[in-house]
Amino acid sequence: MSVEILVLFIFVLAIFVGFEEISKVPSMLHTPLMSGTNAIHGIILLGGMLVLAAADTTLSRALGFVAVVFGSANVFGGFMVTDRMLQMFKKKK
Amino acid sequence: MSSTLALIFIGVAVLFILGIKFLSSPRTARYGNLLAAAGMLVAFFATIPLMQLHEWNLNCTLIVVGILIGLVMGAVGAYSVKMTAMPQMVAAFNGLGGGSAALVASLEFLRRSHSLEGVTVSAAVPMLFATLIGSLSFSGSIIAFLKLEGKFEKPHTFPGQNFLNGVVFLVILGLCGYLIGGETTNSTAFIVMFALALAFGIAMVMPIGGADMPVVISLLNSFTGLAVAGDGFVINNLSMIVAGTLVGSSGTLLTLLMCKAMNRPVTNVLFGAFGSGGGGQAAAAGVAGTVKPIQADEAALLLAYAQRVVVVPGYGMAVAQAQHQVRELSDELGKRGVEVQFAIHPVAGRMPGHMNVLLAEANVPYDQLCEMEAINPSMDRVDVCLVIGANDVVNPAAREEKGSPIYGMPIIEADHAKTVIVMKRSMAKGFAGIENHLFYKDNTRMLFGDAKASLNALIAAVKAS
Repeated sequence: MSVEILVLFIFVLAIFVGFEEISKVPSMLHTPLMSGTNAIHGIILLGGMLVLAAADTTLSRALGFVAVVFGSANVFGGFMVTDRMLQMFKKKK
Repeated sequence: MSSTLALIFIGVAVLFILGIKFLSSPRTARYGNLLAAAGMLVAFFATIPLMQLHEWNLNCTLIVVGILIGLVMGAVGAYSVKMTAMPQMVAAFNGLGGGSAALVASLEFLRRSHSLEGVTVSAAVPMLFATLIGSLSFSGSIIAFLKLEGKFEKPHTFPGQNFLNGVVFLVILGLCGYLIGGETTNSTAFIVMFALALAFGIAMVMPIGGADMPVVISLLNSFTGLAVAGDGFVINNLSMIVAGTLVGSSGTLLTLLMCKAMNRPVTNVLFGAFGSGGGGQAAAAGVAGTVKPIQADEAALLLAYAQRVVVVPGYGMAVAQAQHQVRELSDELGKRGVEVQFAIHPVAGRMPGHMNVLLAEANVPYDQLCEMEAINPSMDRVDVCLVIGANDVVNPAAREEKGSPIYGMPIIEADHAKTVIVMKRSMAKGFAGIENHLFYKDNTRMLFGDAKASLNALIAAVKAS
């Protein structure tokens, strides 16, 4: 079995995990959930870092730099804004 | 990748899965978010050895500076945004992620296509996929952001639009096929494809009305997830594949759940240009009855001497920033022994859960919030239903009028209450652009004015009575 097939295998399993996980979410949590998953795809920051580390022309440096800035804003802003929403869900004593 | 790093990335995947899991229950949601953030931190540090940096160079400086700029942008955005503007913020962050995903894929594509190793088909497919989906998500999110900010929120349509969009999409697919089929060194074709994908993102979102932006953002969110997964394939990073795919599939399901709450198929949201079909019929049917206004002091009496009051908040409450006044009124009524509940329609506001977030901000305990299905059966035992800036979600036309564009959408049955008080700025229509028969019912009274000002008047009058 080649590496590509193994990776594809993980991909398919992850699809099902994603579906299963949120099948029963109260609608009040839809916005925070959307925002939280939005932060998780901020992992693209790692991709940006890897690409920028390998950059060897001015153009690829510039574009890689933009990718890192965007990814970093996505990941930090995403988690912060989600936390800000969620800290308001407190039960009154 | 060494085995140690691979094991760490498995741990990261587990943290993300648990994070999303915990995010789907109110009690554990905050913890879930922190768990996912912890996973992100671990993934970040585990990536540093993968960059194969042997000495400090210009790229390292750029990475550090880039991360810091992004951190500041993200933090300022996240902490300065008003709670009412939360949906825009999610759209903006999503767009940035999509843009980043597209850039990463295109840089890899352009670099490899001009190197000796070349681009294999199995690498070209995920690269082009991530470029296409990522850039579409980027431009689409910007339009969604602007629409939520109130710029051109009306649907923009012209005859043959769906056809033209279809042609553009086919051209994009054709270019992808051409590039995959061996012409990988043709940078021009690649750049044209990139530009068309950006244009397609704009063209896809422009015809959709502001009210449907939540669905669009959720869909674009899952798109970005898939683009990130594609990038994960390209640069061989398992944690990116798992995280991206999780977001992609859970986001798709969330989108479908939202559409289900509005009782509309997702295709109708994306290609239907809301309200352009049945609007005429509904208007032609005409509205019987007259509008009966009410003054704040009289409304306050009705509320103060009721046994059970249900508040239905909508986007108007968000616009007026009136959530704190709503809480104050509810507390004041509570002190007098009135039972106050909040009925939350799944798509009230600009995002599912939007009202919950706002009311939570004002410290309304969440056991006072009821979902639509829970409250509807007992609506006829409600003395006063106070509708604050909600419109389409309480429109009985959804139940009664076959020709109405919102026919079949589940609504909060406000009209079943003994008295309905509707707080509204004017008789303007809601996002669906149709008349609301509720306003003309015999048991309905209209309290005109800005929600915040009206609520302050109500609070004062309830205190005095």
